[in-house]
Amino acid sequence: MNGSRTQILAKVRAALAVPNDPHVRHGDTAEAHMIRSGDRVAAMRQWLPLVGPSHEDRKAVFAECSAKLKTRFEVVDSPAAAHAIIAAIAKEEGWQSVAAHATGLVDAACAALGLPVVLASAGYDKDALAACAGGITGCLALVAQTGSVFVTPNSAGGRALSVIPPHHIVLATRAQLISDLPAAWEMLQAAGELPSFASLITGPSRTGDIERILVLGAHGPKKLTVILVED
Amino acid sequence: MSETKIIPLQQFKHDSAEVAADGDRREFLRTALGGYMNTRTATQHGYQDWEAARSGAAEIKWEAIDRLPELLEQFEANLIKNGTKVFWASDEEEARQYILGILREKNAKHVIKSKTMTSEEIHLNSLLEAEGFDVVESDLGEYIVQQNKEAPYHFVFPCMHLKRAEIKAIFEKIAACPSDDPEALTMFARQQLREKYLRADVGISGGNFGIAETGHIAITENEGNARLTCAMPKVHIAIMGIEKMLPRLSDLSLLQPMLGTAGAGQRITCYNSIYGGPKKPGETDGPEEMHVVLLDNGRTTLLADPEQRDALRCIRCGACLNVCPIFKNIGGHSYGTTYQGPIGAVITPHYKGLQEFKHLAYASSLCGACTETCPVKIDLHHHLLRIRRNSVSEHPPLMEKVAMKGFAFAFTRPWLYHLGTPLARLGHWLSKPIQGTKLDPGYLWRKTRTLPDMPKESFHEWFEKREQQKKAGK
Ligand code: SF4
Repeated sequence: MNGSRTQILAKVRAALAVPNDPHVRHGDTAEAHMIRSGDRVAAMRQWLPLVGPSHEDRKAVFAECSAKLKTRFEVVDSPAAAHAIIAAIAKEEGWQSVAAHATGLVDAACAALGLPVVLASAGYDKDALAACAGGITGCLALVAQTGSVFVTPNSAGGRALSVIPPHHIVLATRAQLISDLPAAWEMLQAAGELPSFASLITGPSRTGDIERILVLGAHGPKKLTVILVED
Repeated sequence: MSETKIIPLQQFKHDSAEVAADGDRREFLRTALGGYMNTRTATQHGYQDWEAARSGAAEIKWEAIDRLPELLEQFEANLIKNGTKVFWASDEEEARQYILGILREKNAKHVIKSKTMTSEEIHLNSLLEAEGFDVVESDLGEYIVQQNKEAPYHFVFPCMHLKRAEIKAIFEKIAACPSDDPEALTMFARQQLREKYLRADVGISGGNFGIAETGHIAITENEGNARLTCAMPKVHIAIMGIEKMLPRLSDLSLLQPMLGTAGAGQRITCYNSIYGGPKKPGETDGPEEMHVVLLDNGRTTLLADPEQRDALRCIRCGACLNVCPIFKNIGGHSYGTTYQGPIGAVITPHYKGLQEFKHLAYASSLCGACTETCPVKIDLHHHLLRIRRNSVSEHPPLMEKVAMKGFAFAFTRPWLYHLGTPLARLGHWLSKPIQGTKLDPGYLWRKTRTLPDMPKESFHEWFEKREQQKKAGK
């Protein structure tokens, strides 16, 4: 059962049989040519916010975006230093349990923390996940251009883990800090079969719906901490 | 009880006059939109070349329209390949019945919705509520207007007309709400809705883009409510218009940040996610079933107009509303449409009837602020003119025709014209006692305007006198 598929497609084709009005369709701008021919992505890179070529440049832009977004961004030189930051947060916020998924950096962090772990990768109980004050995940990449954390089911423990606990902590390695949005989508497509879900998380959840005043933690995390392990 | 039919023009005149007279509310709207303008300008400066980005985005959306049949087929094939069911709905009734059918088949009781304007368009909530389902909007603004039993005020900022005290009063009807601080109000809604998420059987979302190349829908949001809607319930239904296609995944690199910048002054919004089917083997969570409803509902009518199909490229950022001097003065509800502001005035006549909604095209000063701000360069204010032209040529207004004939008659007969001048002066003088009363034939016109006193002498008279003086002087 696919409804009015045939009729709708026929209507679309019939409508488009009448060519566009040249007064409305201006296809002759330089930018339009860049999109149509040659390297679309290179063109986009000339227009979007600038990110320099080096790792230091990427770090600087990510840090600048994080400050604006109210993301806490920490750069450390060892997993142990990351564990110390997480332990301090857990203590300050009085975490009783932590949500996580089974993967290298995250496993070690949870072991160091020593709290009961709700493993999202193990077919979790919704209420147990909702009871966790914090969640620790990895990511596919960090995107400097926008200060975003790029997550997929495998890299960050599914769909719910990165959005349910009030404090989301992300662990990333040096190589995971990439420069821009085109690089993020390229990376996802290069990794083979596409997942059923992927998300660019840019700062803690927010809303401005009431009098256009910014409030963090609308539905997702109130706090987002990104720890880049330079090791 | 018989339902009184709302006549769009009368409703518009009544509501817009009411808001325009409410200085306090207008000031409130202006302050909110002023804040938007400041952050947006600053964020736009962060692009290397915003203007070039607009041209690029415009071209991508043009490509999507030009190749629409092929992209829709590709999108559908990819969705099916990944286990999603695709339904094509010609109109609201088909879409509503299909969705109702799924809910019944699944024995669903609780439905959670994330913001979707297409579902407003098909009036889904009223149907589902009448059928006894528990339906909750999860976007904060949508939740508030739903609780207040009204339509969204602005398709991006649904409750921007409500002040904190009013929102508190709305929440008080649900449960005790301690404060009217925006933070406290947001936390109140967060708490109410968390419960709903954990219990919901079905999640209903919209979709900002449909990626033909991969068969994913892309959703742009800030709160995380769409993320939860697509993560927790066992069934996910997404409704989207057929015009939402994008050829490639990498096109998101340009369109998602621009949507955030034009829409709310952000470099990119908080969550930009893609969904391409139910949970795959090896993935942790996600729905067991996903449906995509592709909605026509008038879009092919608009597409058939080679001059105005341009408007199908809209990415619904809401920027044209935010900069519109008319929107700022009459507010969102006055439009009486799902899509307000300049873009609503352009598309609604195509979706719901030219003669019934042509008046919206006149609710414009033609200043062009909308065209200038549109991230995909839709020629909005010229479309408003085209709608005016089309409506008049389809249905020439009788009074205007008579008046124009009269003008032509008088202006081609100098004796009649000369006779008219003193008569008009006399008429103006005679009408003074009845001005401002309903006896005045120009009452409606004069209600909001004052006609200055006629000069003692017309240009003709002055000129003739001058010529005579010249002659006499020589
Ligand atoms: S017409 Fe342009 S400015 Fe208006 S909502 Fe659509 S994309 Fe935004």
